[in-house]
Amino acid sequence: MVELAHATRLHPLQAGNPDVASASVTLADNATRVSLRSRADAVAALSGTLGLALPTKPKTTATSGSRAALWLGPDEWLIIDDVDSSVAADLAEAKVLHSAVDISHRNVGIIVDGRGAAAVVNGGCPQDLSLKAFPVGAASRTVLGKIEIVLWRNAENRFRVECWRSFANYAYAFLRESARDVAV
Amino acid sequence: MIIRCPYCGPRDVIEFTYQGDATRRRPDPASSDQDAWNSYIYDRTNPGGSHREFWLHGGGCRQHLVITRDMTTHAISSVAFARSIVAGESS
Ligand SMILES: [Zn+2]
Repeated sequence: MVELAHATRLHPLQAGNPDVASASVTLADNATRVSLRSRADAVAALSGTLGLALPTKPKTTATSGSRAALWLGPDEWLIIDDVDSSVAADLAEAKVLHSAVDISHRNVGIIVDGRGAAAVVNGGCPQDLSLKAFPVGAASRTVLGKIEIVLWRNAENRFRVECWRSFANYAYAFLRESARDVAV
Repeated sequence: MIIRCPYCGPRDVIEFTYQGDATRRRPDPASSDQDAWNSYIYDRTNPGGSHREFWLHGGGCRQHLVITRDMTTHAISSVAFARSIVAGESS
């Protein structure tokens, strides 16, 4: 008997459904998100009400329980917490000049997980994702393909990609397509 | 091309947006000197060597930068925050 090998035929609109063990691309749970802006002199008071020390170094984050603060710029942070958290109410307690805008529904979170995760993200993101340049806990606003994202490394092989909801289909399809190409 | 953002470190140029010639000096807003305004709006020297230009790190820390770049080799000799430099100063 002659054994024939056939390539698996995929539907053209099936933007990758990677069953490779090296990386999975899944949706993050809904979350509370706040865009926080303030000057340096308000950081201490805001940290106090948030219950974590707002990071002031580029590309760094601070976490406390389910709550995380990502440095995006010298006067800008993205706060992410569980869906039922009280971030906005906590910040309202701070009697210092700041701007806190609830953007929970503006963003969508996508999780890239597995030993090929960095290669999957690098499929569309030019940043150096080596552990030396982008260690566990690092986060940054950057680009993925033609859109802006916030990238956060939760673990050595796990990234959270945050994008605006109108770009979510693009980001999700892009990452799944990238994951299909990564067979490491 | 890699740009070394003073905050973010070396980043790919696709994270940045070009924002124009940083050597222009705007005439006094009250001025009605048409030649001066015409020159400000339209005249560009397009040098073959070193040039100063504004860039925005929009895909990063969102800071405005002034970059000195060689227009022939793309070698970047300095990057600074635009807020710390008055536009039109010679470098
Ligand atoms: Zn920057």
